[in-house]
Amino acid sequence: MYPEDYRYSTEHEWAKRENGRVRVGITRFAADRLTDVVYVELPQVGSEVRFMQPFGVVESVKAASELYAPVSGRVVEVNERLRDHPELVNEDPHGEGWMIVVEATDPSELDRLMDAQAYRQHIGEA
Amino acid sequence: MRDFPLIFEQSVSGRRGFGLPDPDVPARPLEELVPQQALRRRPPALPEVSELDVVRHYTRLSHRNFSIDEGFYPLGSCTMKYNPKLHEEVARLPGFARLHPYTPEELAQGALQLLWELGEELRELAGMDAVTFQPAAGAHGELVGLLVIRAYFASRGEKRTRVIVPDSAHGTNPATAAMVGYEVVTVRSDARGNLDLVALEEHLDERTAAVMLTNPNTLGLFEEQVDRIAERVHAAGAQMYLDGANFNAMVGITRPGDQGFDVMHMNLHKTFSTPHGGGGPGAGVVAVKSHLEPFLPVPVVVREGDRYRLDFDRPQSVGRVRAFYGNFANLVRAYAYLRTVGAEGLRAVAEHAVLHANYLRVRLAPYYEIPYDRICKHEFVASGVRQKRRDGVTTRDIAKRLLDYGFHAPTVYFPLIVEEAIMIEPTETESLQTLDAFVDAMVAIDRECQEDPEKVRTAPHTTAVGRLDEVRAARSPDLRWKPA
Amino acid sequence: MRYIPTTPEEREYMLRLIGVRSVEDLFADVPDSVRLRRPLRLRPALSDPEVLRYLGALANRNAHADRLTCFVGAGAYDHFVPPAVWQLVGRGEFLTAYTPYQAEIMQGELQATYEYQTMVCELLGMEVANASMYDGASALGEAAVMARDLTKRDRVVVSRAVHPEYRQVLRTYTEPLGIRVVELPHEAGTTPPGPRELNGRTAAVVVQHPNFFGCLEDVRGWAEAAHGAGALLVVACSDPLAFGLLEPPGALGADIIAAEGQPLGNPLNFGGPYLGIIATRQEFVRRMPGRLVGATVDRHGRRGFVLTLQTREQHIRREKATSNICTNEALNALAAAVYLSLLGPQGVRQVAELCLRKADYLKSRVAELPGFQLPFRAPTFHEFVVRTPRPAEALVRALIREGFLAGLPLGRFYRGMRDCLLVAVTETRTREEMDRFVEALERACRRGRQAVGGRVL
Repeated sequence: MYPEDYRYSTEHEWAKRENGRVRVGITRFAADRLTDVVYVELPQVGSEVRFMQPFGVVESVKAASELYAPVSGRVVEVNERLRDHPELVNEDPHGEGWMIVVEATDPSELDRLMDAQAYRQHIGEA
Repeated sequence: MRDFPLIFEQSVSGRRGFGLPDPDVPARPLEELVPQQALRRRPPALPEVSELDVVRHYTRLSHRNFSIDEGFYPLGSCTMKYNPKLHEEVARLPGFARLHPYTPEELAQGALQLLWELGEELRELAGMDAVTFQPAAGAHGELVGLLVIRAYFASRGEKRTRVIVPDSAHGTNPATAAMVGYEVVTVRSDARGNLDLVALEEHLDERTAAVMLTNPNTLGLFEEQVDRIAERVHAAGAQMYLDGANFNAMVGITRPGDQGFDVMHMNLHKTFSTPHGGGGPGAGVVAVKSHLEPFLPVPVVVREGDRYRLDFDRPQSVGRVRAFYGNFANLVRAYAYLRTVGAEGLRAVAEHAVLHANYLRVRLAPYYEIPYDRICKHEFVASGVRQKRRDGVTTRDIAKRLLDYGFHAPTVYFPLIVEEAIMIEPTETESLQTLDAFVDAMVAIDRECQEDPEKVRTAPHTTAVGRLDEVRAARSPDLRWKPA
Repeated sequence: MRYIPTTPEEREYMLRLIGVRSVEDLFADVPDSVRLRRPLRLRPALSDPEVLRYLGALANRNAHADRLTCFVGAGAYDHFVPPAVWQLVGRGEFLTAYTPYQAEIMQGELQATYEYQTMVCELLGMEVANASMYDGASALGEAAVMARDLTKRDRVVVSRAVHPEYRQVLRTYTEPLGIRVVELPHEAGTTPPGPRELNGRTAAVVVQHPNFFGCLEDVRGWAEAAHGAGALLVVACSDPLAFGLLEPPGALGADIIAAEGQPLGNPLNFGGPYLGIIATRQEFVRRMPGRLVGATVDRHGRRGFVLTLQTREQHIRREKATSNICTNEALNALAAAVYLSLLGPQGVRQVAELCLRKADYLKSRVAELPGFQLPFRAPTFHEFVVRTPRPAEALVRALIREGFLAGLPLGRFYRGMRDCLLVAVTETRTREEMDRFVEALERACRRGRQAVGGRVL
C-alpha cells in the first residue's frame, strides 16, 4: 500500500527520489480521509518551495487542506492533469495523482521524513 | 422524469411581463443623449415571459422550499423561531418601506425615533452603553466589533496583534479576525465543554487584542467561568468580544455587559425573530461599553430633547462598513417584536428555549450519544457516532433521512470538536407536540439504521430531488445558465 | 408570552422529565455574580393592534416617496416595483426559509439563486456572479480585498467620482490589511484614464459607472490603463438598470464589478436591506467572497442545485477564507430575479431609456432656469449635477414645502460644491411632475433673491 522507496511526512505527503529530483504527492491515507478531491491548487513551475512550508491546497467538497513541501527547492514540473482530473488524487495517489516535481536544494532533508514502516505506524495501520 | 424548468427555458421571443409608460418627454435621438459607442450592443439574455409565467414559476419554486411556515427547523446556532406576520405588515408601511435614506433628518423623525428606542432597549438587554445599527449580519457585526477594538488600542498607542478564539467557535470568528489583520490563536475546550482557563492563560499576553467567545458556547453550554475569564482577559489588557449568536438563551437572565464583555453583536434575525429570507437579509447590531463608543461607525443616532439626528461628527470612528444606516426594515421588525414581547416575555423566551432544548436532550439520550450530557442552554450537541460504528450510517445520512419525515435537519458536523455532531436547537416557539413528533422521527431513524441502513444511506426519498452530487458541482462548476 | 405555545401543565411535565424542579434549576450553571436580579427595564409590552398603531404613528412621521415627489437618488433609486415582485418574494416559503444547506428541500431557493446569478451576469456582461453581498458599498470593499489577493499587490487607486460612502467603506475594509488607498481627482465630473497614479504595486483601479455625479466614465480606457500596469479594473455601480441600455462593464474590460442591486425590485427602506452584487471573470472565481449556487444532478440523474465551491467560505476555511460573510441578502436577490424576469430584455431597455430621456428633459429644463448651471459636460444617465443660485441645502428645504425631495446637496461630501445638487430621475417621474418641479425651483430662487434684497443667497 505505501511504497517502500518513498519518504513520508507527518502531514501525509510522500516524496520520491528521481535522479536528483523529488516527485511529491499525498498519501492514500490523506486522499481517503479527504474523500473526493475536487480541486488542487498548485504552484507555478519555477517557484520556490521550502521544507515543510505550504506549497498548495487540496480541496474536497467540505474541506481544504494545505500541502506541505517534503523538501526545499525549485518546482520544475506540475501535474497539469489534476486541473481537469482532480479525481486522480483519489484513484492513484501514489502514482498518477502526483502533484509537483522539485529540484531539491538539500536532498538530505528527506532523511528527516519517515520511511514506509514508520508512516504506517504514524497512521495506525502498522 | 423531466427536469424542473428554469425561467430561461420558458422564454418565448417577444413575450413580456411588464406595463411601462410610453415616454412623455420629447423623443430626441438616443445618440444625442449618449455617444453611440456607450450603447449596449447585445441585449441581455433575460427571459421573455408573461407576468403569469413569472407568478407560476416562482410560486412553484416556493413549493420546492422548506420554511418555518411549513415545519420545524431544529437548526443549532440558528435560532429558527417563528417570524410573526404582524412584523411584515409593519415593515411594509410606506412610511418605512418608501423612505429614501437621504430624506432630510427633520422629515425622517419617526424612523430615527424608532432606531433610538430600539437602541435603548437593546442596550438594556445587553448591559451595554452604546449601539450601532450598521452591520447587515452577525459576521458584519464581528467585523465592526474587531475594528472598534483595533481603533481603541490604536488610540492608546498599543499595538496588539492577536485574537484568541476557542476551538468550538463559529468559522466567522477566525475569518473576521483575519479580515482585521489579526493573527488567530485557537484555544481548546476542557472536558466539561467550557473554554479551558489554563490553556487560555498560556496564550493571554500583551499581544492579545481580544478573546472572542460565544456564550452559551456552540455546545449549548454556559461558560461557567465567564466572570473569571473576563477578569484574566482584562488583566492582560485585552477586550472581551461576545458572539451573540446564542443570545436567545440568556435574554433577561444574564447580561453580556454584566458578564464582563466589552463588545457584542446581536443577530436580530435569530433572537429578535426577523425572517431569514432563505439566507438573508439579517441585521447585526453591535453594542459596546462606553470606552469603545467613540470608535463606533458613523453615523450614530442621537437624541437632542425631542429631536433625533444622525451624528457624523465622530473623529475617532472606524468609518463605515456599508452605505447608509443599516438593514432598517429588519430593525423595524425587531422593534415590533420587542414591543410585543416586553421584559417578562423576553425572560420567558430564554426560559422556554432552554426548557425545550433540555426536554429534547433527555428524550433523545437513550438513542443518540450526547458527549456533554448535562443541563444545556438553548441547544445541545448529540452525535451520530453510535450509528456510524454500529450500522455504518453517518450523521449526514441521518440528517437527510429526517427530511423524509418532514423536518429540517439539525446543524451537522459542527462544532468541529464533536465527531459526527448533530446540533439541535428547538427554540421557544415550538410546541410540545412538535418536539415529540421530532423525537419520534429521530427514534424511528435510529431503528432504521439498525434494520434497514441502506434506506437511511440513500435518503432522502420523498423530496423534490434525491441526494445531489456535490462532488460533480465542485469539480466542474456550472454557476449560470447559458443560452444554447 | 404571545409566541410561546407551552402551557403551564406542559411546562411541569417537561421539567419532571428532565429531572429538575423548576426552570430556575436550568440556569444553575450561570454564576450568581453575573445574574440579572431585577426585571429588565424595557418599554411596556403592547398588544398586536397597539404595536401596529404605535409603529404606524412613527411611520407616519416620515416624508416618504409617496408624500414628497422624489428627485433624490445617490445610491438609492425610486424605481417602480411591480406588485408581483413582493407578493411572490413575501411568500412564507421564501421569507421564512433558512440558508439552503439541505439542498434537497431547498431547490426553490437554490434554483432561484442560480437564475439570479445568470441574470446578473447577463445584465453586467460578466461570467460569474455570487448569491449576493450586503450592499454595493461593502461589495466594493470586498472587491478591493479580492484584487489584493489576486494580484498580491497592496495599493488601490479610486476615483473621487465613486460614491463617497462607498469610498469610506473601501477604506474601512482595506486599511487594517495594509492596503493603501489613493484617490484620483475627478475633472469636470469624470475621471479621465491615465497611467499617472498606477504603478507596480497597484492591485486595482476603482471607477464608478455611471459615476456618483451620473456621468459616464471611460471604462474601456480605464481597463486598458489598469491592465497595462498589471492591475485589475474594479467597476462600482449604484444602478445596474443603466446596463439595460449602456454597454455593460463586463464587455468593456472590467475584472470585478461591485454593484448595488436595490434598484432591481427592492424598496427604498431608509437604506436597507439592499442587495450587494459582485461579479467577476471565471478565472477569479476561487477568490470570490460569498455563496455560490451551482447546477448538478441527483442520484437519479435529474438536474438540481447546491451551494458549491464552499471551501472559499468561513465555515470551512476559517481564518483563510476569502471573506467572513455568512448571512447575505438572499431575499433581495430573489426580488431582483423576479423583477428581471418580469422586465426581460425589452423591459430593462425600456426602463433605462425612460430614465435617460426623462433625466435629459429635466436637465435641459433646469439648465434654462436663471442662475442654474450644469457644471459638467459629460453625458449622463439618470442623474446629473446642477449648480444652484442658492446653497443647495437651503433650496432642498424650500422645495420640501412645495412637495419635492429635490436632490442631494453635494456640500456634505465635496468641498466647494455647496451650491451643487445631485438630481435623479427614474421612470416613475412624469413630465407633469418635472414641469411643476422646475416651476417650484424657479419660485424658490425668486423668493430667495427677494428675501435678501436681491442678493442671491
